[in-house]
Amino acid sequence: MPDFLNQTLEAAPGLPERLLTAGLTVSACFQCRKCSGGCPLSFAMDLLPDQVVRLALLGQDDIVLGCRTIWVCSGCATCTTRCPNAIEIAGVMDWLKEEALRRGYPSPQPGVTRFHQTFLETIRLAGGRLSEPVLLGLYQFKGGGALAKIKSGAMREELRLAWELLRRGRLKLKLPRRLQGRREIKEIFARSEARGEK
Amino acid sequence: MKISYYPGCSLEGTAIDYAASIGGVSRLLELELAELHDWNCCGATAAHSLNHELSLALPARNLALAEQAGRDVVVPCALCFNRLKAADQALRGPERSRLGVDYRGEIKIWDLLDYLTQDSLLAALAQKVVKPLKGLKAVGYYGCLAARPPAVTGKADCENPQNLERLLTVLGAEPVDWSFKTDCCGAGLAVARPDIIDTLVKRLYERAERAGAECFVVSCQMCQANLDLPQSRIARNSGRDYYLPVLYFTELMGLALGHPEVKQWLKGHLVDPMPLLRGKGLIG
Repeated sequence: MPDFLNQTLEAAPGLPERLLTAGLTVSACFQCRKCSGGCPLSFAMDLLPDQVVRLALLGQDDIVLGCRTIWVCSGCATCTTRCPNAIEIAGVMDWLKEEALRRGYPSPQPGVTRFHQTFLETIRLAGGRLSEPVLLGLYQFKGGGALAKIKSGAMREELRLAWELLRRGRLKLKLPRRLQGRREIKEIFARSEARGEK
Repeated sequence: MKISYYPGCSLEGTAIDYAASIGGVSRLLELELAELHDWNCCGATAAHSLNHELSLALPARNLALAEQAGRDVVVPCALCFNRLKAADQALRGPERSRLGVDYRGEIKIWDLLDYLTQDSLLAALAQKVVKPLKGLKAVGYYGCLAARPPAVTGKADCENPQNLERLLTVLGAEPVDWSFKTDCCGAGLAVARPDIIDTLVKRLYERAERAGAECFVVSCQMCQANLDLPQSRIARNSGRDYYLPVLYFTELMGLALGHPEVKQWLKGHLVDPMPLLRGKGLIG
């Protein structure tokens, strides 16, 4: 059970206002908990989606930026769809992930975070399109922990899947086409990163 | 008929079987899919998770390309569709000036399933069915992000879409009703947290079986991968034996239309659909 539940929390300004600037109206929440009721990933979360919204509204930066929930959210947007107050809850989860990285909070789901980062890195490296084998290779290579994976049998399962896909021609060991607009793509990445750091 | 086509990265990779069936079926329907010149990745979950700016700027470039091409664009991947629609919406709002993309919003972005199940196309399709899929009991499983959130996708029926069921009926199959057609499969968590996928997907197997389905019909390659690839692992870990092939709707269209390459497309699946289809006398 998260330890904030039986504490008196001091509301702090900052976070809710910044969310509002991004069009994320956490103050509209009247705690019906419909988001958490319909969330398919709630079993893997430490905070329920309604708690994230509430704690964000109370300006509890450390709790919401450090929680597992924002990283195991799959972004299926069931919560956003059903919120009676039109809060873009999946968008709140995304905003918090980006903010957590910007402010240096360690991810409690390093694998998920690394996967997203490697995905974007792969698009950039390949000049605009994703290469699935490069993504999977880089992700494994950067992650370390190969020994633990071999021991747990996870490596064997991954290799089995890779082999099954390879022999069906679904994993092609070649790079995607080099785009004519690759310079444009490079600029898009540079611009977005500059803006992201603000 | 000619329309622009944005395949997305997966359809050049792990979903080449989906791509092949789309190509095959569109030719039979006399629909010319013109691949968008020089398209780029939409950024997918990674971009909208880590960099809001990038998650709009990447698809925005594709929208500009599509508008230059001067035709509406169809998108077979649920996530790409969602990201293109999100960028389309952003480019009509206050973020437009910041994104600096030349896009007037005069084209329509179509989810491929929606496009192919328009009334007129279904009527034309019905005329071309040579092998009705008699006795095939299937549940429709829609990609989350083709439907949700409706403020982005523009779909009023996002809690209970019907297009796959309407299509299956036209193809002569038996659509099986169930309540989980838009429940999430875990999507991109498949690599970093396969355990989460296993929990979500096992639930879907059990619910589909309970509803009396023999297979899934999908319109999203991420759903296909998550339901198909780990099926033997999930069966092994739960001491159960599942046999639930996961077919693309375009593969079933090809089968009913008598496309000669259907067997080839189906070879891409890990859960071999051939025993099921042979058992029904639908394929030689």
